[in-house]
Amino acid sequence: MNIQHITSIVIFLPLVGAILTMLAPNEKAIKWSALGVTVLTFIVSIGLYLGFDPAISTATAPQLADLSSSWFPGQFDIKYFVGIDGLNLLLIMLTTLLGPIVILSSWTYIAKHHKPYYTLLLILQTGVTGVFASFDIFLFYIFFELTLIPMYFIIGIWGGENRVYAALKFVLYTLVGSLLMLVALIFLGYAAGDAVNAGVFTTDWYTLVSYNMPVEMQGWLFLLFALAFAIKVPLFPLHTWLPDAHVQAPTGGSVILAGVLLKMGTYGLVRFCLPFFPNAAQEYAMMFAVLAVIGIIYGALVSRAQTDAKKLVAYSSVSHLGFVVLGIFAFTTEALQGAMIQMVNHGISTGALFLIVGMLYERRHTREMSDYGGIAKSVPVLTFFMVLSVLASAGLPGLNGFVGEFLILIGAFNSDVLASPFLIALATTGVILAAVYLLYMVYRMFWGTIDNEANATMKDLNKRELALLIPLAGLMILMGIMPAPFLAKSEPAVKNLLEVIETKRVASESVVVVAFDSEGKSTILTTN
Amino acid sequence: MDLSQAYASMNGDLANTISLLIVALAGLILVVFDAFNNRHSATPWIAGLALFAGFLFELTRIGSAEGLVYYDMMRVGGSAAFVNVLILGSGFLSVILSAPYLKRIGHNIGEAYAMILFATVGMLVLGAANNLVTVFVGLETMSVCLYILTGFIRSGSGSTESAFKYFLLGAFSTGFFLYGIALLYGATGTMDISAMHATVTDGGSIIFWAGVAMLLVGFLFKVSAAPFHMWTPDVYQGAPTTITGFMSTASKTAAFASLILILNVALPAERWSGVLAIFAVITMVLGNVIAISQSNIKRMLAYSSIAHAGYILVGLASGTDEGYAGALFYLMVYTIMNIGAFGVIALLEWDNKEGSEQTLDSLAGIGYKKPLLGWTMAVFMFSLAGFPPLGGFLGKWAVFAPAVDAGLIWLAIIGVLTSAVSAYYYLRVLVVFFMKTEDAQSGAHETEFSVPKSSAAVLILCVVLLFFFGVTTYAIELTGSFF
Repeated sequence: MNIQHITSIVIFLPLVGAILTMLAPNEKAIKWSALGVTVLTFIVSIGLYLGFDPAISTATAPQLADLSSSWFPGQFDIKYFVGIDGLNLLLIMLTTLLGPIVILSSWTYIAKHHKPYYTLLLILQTGVTGVFASFDIFLFYIFFELTLIPMYFIIGIWGGENRVYAALKFVLYTLVGSLLMLVALIFLGYAAGDAVNAGVFTTDWYTLVSYNMPVEMQGWLFLLFALAFAIKVPLFPLHTWLPDAHVQAPTGGSVILAGVLLKMGTYGLVRFCLPFFPNAAQEYAMMFAVLAVIGIIYGALVSRAQTDAKKLVAYSSVSHLGFVVLGIFAFTTEALQGAMIQMVNHGISTGALFLIVGMLYERRHTREMSDYGGIAKSVPVLTFFMVLSVLASAGLPGLNGFVGEFLILIGAFNSDVLASPFLIALATTGVILAAVYLLYMVYRMFWGTIDNEANATMKDLNKRELALLIPLAGLMILMGIMPAPFLAKSEPAVKNLLEVIETKRVASESVVVVAFDSEGKSTILTTN
Repeated sequence: MDLSQAYASMNGDLANTISLLIVALAGLILVVFDAFNNRHSATPWIAGLALFAGFLFELTRIGSAEGLVYYDMMRVGGSAAFVNVLILGSGFLSVILSAPYLKRIGHNIGEAYAMILFATVGMLVLGAANNLVTVFVGLETMSVCLYILTGFIRSGSGSTESAFKYFLLGAFSTGFFLYGIALLYGATGTMDISAMHATVTDGGSIIFWAGVAMLLVGFLFKVSAAPFHMWTPDVYQGAPTTITGFMSTASKTAAFASLILILNVALPAERWSGVLAIFAVITMVLGNVIAISQSNIKRMLAYSSIAHAGYILVGLASGTDEGYAGALFYLMVYTIMNIGAFGVIALLEWDNKEGSEQTLDSLAGIGYKKPLLGWTMAVFMFSLAGFPPLGGFLGKWAVFAPAVDAGLIWLAIIGVLTSAVSAYYYLRVLVVFFMKTEDAQSGAHETEFSVPKSSAAVLILCVVLLFFFGVTTYAIELTGSFF
C-alpha cells in the first residue's frame, strides 16, 4: 500500500463502500459490504497510528499528508490538504473504530430501508474523518456540512416518534452556526491573504496560523467561529437540540452523534479558535469556562431527573463535554492534553452506554427506567458491561474517564488564564454528580428484584453484541491503566499549539507596524 | 454611420448569431408545421433539436473573445455565449420535460413549443444586447411569449388568472423600463451601453440617475426581486409546471445578464452598490420567510426563487468583477437545480391534480415509491439550500465571498442567516418525501405511474451536473475569466 495516500484512503474508503452498498442487491449483501468496508478502513487506519511519529514536529506540516495544488490558482489558495498530527490522530482512530461498531449495532435494530441507512452511515464516516483530517479550513467546512445531510436522514427516517422535529432542529441549529462561521472564514481568508499570502485569499491552516491578526479584529471572528463549534459541542445554553436528537435517533445514530459528531465542535475549538484568535480566545476564556461549568453541573442535575435511560445518557454528554471545553480554555498543557484524551474517552464510554441502552430497548421496547429493575439476574453479562461503562463514564480511577477528567481539573486549577480555583472546585462537583446519576440508573434498572415477567426472561448478550462491546470495554481498561502511550501521541502537538498561541498573543498585543519595501513585500516591525 | 459596407458586415454577423437564427427559424417552421399537423409528435423534436443545435454552437463560442455584432447592437462570444448556453440549455431541458408532461395533461399543442422558441429568442437578444433598444426588444419579445405560455391552459382558472396578472403587472413595469431608457438617452445622448459611461461626468445628473432607477425597477421586476415580486408566486403556481421551470431560470438568467452588463459597463459603481444591497436584503428575507408558510410545493419554490434572486443581487451589490462572475456562476447552478426541482414536481402531478392544487401533504412517503424522484429531489433541495459538495454551495460561496471582500460583511451575514431559514422549508419537502409514513395519509393515492425515460435522463443529468460543479472549479474559473 502506498503509505503516502493512507490518510486519503482512510477518509474515502467508506465513500467507496457507500457506492458498494448502493449497488448491493439484497439486505445481506448491503450489511456485509458495509461491515467489510468499515473493518477494512479500521485496519488501514492502524497504519496511521503506526505511521505517525510524535517525535517528528508537525509545526510546519502534518505527517502522512496529502496535498493538491490550489483549486483556483492565483485567485483563492484553496486546496485538498489532509494529514495527521497529534491533535487529530486519536479522533480519527476513534471514528474508524466506531464505524464497524455502529454498523453491527444496527444489524437487527434497523428494520426498514436498509440500503439508504448503511449508505448514509458510510457517507457520514467519510464526512467525520474528513473533518478531523483537514488542514484546509475550506475543506474542513465542506466535510463539516457534509456530515449534516446523512445525520439528518438517519434521525429523520429511522428515529423515534418525534424524529422529524428532532432532525430539523439538529440541522437548523448546526446550520446557523456553521453558516455564520462561513462568513467569518471568508473574511479571515481575505485578511490573512492580504497580510501573509501575497494578497491571495487563503484557507491553508498553516498560513492562517502564521498570521498575527490585529487584536481588534479577533473578537467578532472568534465569536462567530466559536458559536458554530459551541452549538456542535454543545455548550450550555446551546445544547437544547442534543437531547431531542439523541432520544429520537436510532442507536447507531446516537453512538455516532455522541462518539464523534460532538467532538467536531471541541476539536474545532482547539484546531481553529485557539491558534487563529489567541487574544480573543483568552479574553473570552472565562466566559466559556463559566458556561462549561454551568453545563457540567446543569447537565448532571438534569440527568438525575430523567426517567428515560437514553435521555439520561444524552444529558450526561452535556456534562462531560463541559469538562472538555473547560480543559480547552484553561490554556495549560495538562488541561488541553486532558481535553484531547477526554474527547476519545467520552466517545468510548458514552458510545458504549448508548449501545447498551439500545440493546435493552431492542429487547423490551422501552427506555423508561421504571420498566426495568433487577435485570442483573437475567442478563449478567450485559450488566457487567453496563457497570464497567458507567464506572468509566463516572471517572473511576483505573478506567479511562478518570485520566481525562483528572488532567483537565489539574490543568484548569493551575491555569493562569482562568485563575479561579472556586470555579474549578465547582466543576469538580460534576464528577461526584456523575457518579450519582449514573449509579442511580444502574440501581434502578439492574439491581433490586424483578417485578416484571418480561424482565425475567430477557436474553443476555449474543455474540454480535459481545463483539461490539468487547473492544470498547478493552479500551476503557487499557486507556485507564496505561494512558501514557495515548497521551504521548498528542503531547508534542499540544505543547506546540500552546507555544504558538502564546507567541502570537504576545506579538498581537504589541504595536505592529507593517512596512512595504519597493517590491511590495511586507515586513512586520514590532515595537513594544 | 457608414452603411456602404453594411451588407458585407451583416453577412459576417449572421454567422456569429447562428443560434439565434436557428431558434427563430425553427419557431416559424413550427407555427406552419403545427397548422397542418396538429399535436404531431414531431413538434417537440423540432423544438428540442433547434435548441440543442443552438446550445452546441454557443458552447463552442464560450472560449472565444467577446465581440460586437450588428453595429454594436449585440455581443457575441465570451460571457454572452455563456449566458446563451444557459438559456438554450434551460430551454432544451424544459422541452424534453414538457413533451410527456403536456401530453399527459392534454395540452400538447404546437403553439406551446413555438412560444418556448420565441421566448428563447427574446432571452438570447436580451442577454446579449449591447444597446438599450435591443435590450427592450429582447425583453418584450420574451415577456409577451411568457404571458402566453403562462395562460395557454385556458380551461384552468388558475392559469388564466395568473397570465392576466402577469400581463398587467408586466406591462406596468415595461412602462417604467421604457421611461428609464428615454431618460437615460436624454441624459447621455446615446443608447449604446458601452458608450454610456464616457458621457457621465461629475457622477451623473439627476435625470441620469432617475433613468437608472426606472431601469432598475424594470429589471428587478423581471428577476422577481422584492418589492417587485408580487406577480411571481401566482404566475409560477398557475403556469404549467415545466414552463415554470423554464421561466424561473432562463428569463432570470437573461435579465440578470443584461443588468450585470449595464452595472458593469455603463454605471459608476459607488452610487448603486448600497441600493442593490438593500434590495438584496429585502428580497432574501421576504422570499425565504414567506416560503416557510407555503403548503403548496410549487408556490414554495416560487418564493424560493425570489430568495435566490436576492442571493444573486448580493453578488451584484459587491460591485466587483468577482461579484459579477459569481452571479453568473450562481445563475448557472440555479438553472440546473430549478429545472430539476420543477421537473420532479411536474412528474409528481401524476394524479392529474394540477400543481396549483398539489399540497405537500399529498406526497407523503413518495420518496420510497419513486426512489428516483425522491433522491434526485433530495439532491436538488440540498443544493438549493446550499449544502456542499453540491453546486448550490459553491454558488453561494461565489456570491458571498466577493461581498465580504467588498466590505459588505453585514450583507453576507444576513444572506447566510436567511439561507439557514431556507434550509427549513427545503428540508420539509424531504420530510414529506421520506419521513412521513404513507399509511398516515387517509386514502393513499394511486401511485402507479411510470417516469418517462427522457425525464429521468434530464433529472439524472441535473444531479450529475450539480455534483460536477460542486466539486470542480472549472465553471468558476470560466466565469471569472469574463470580467
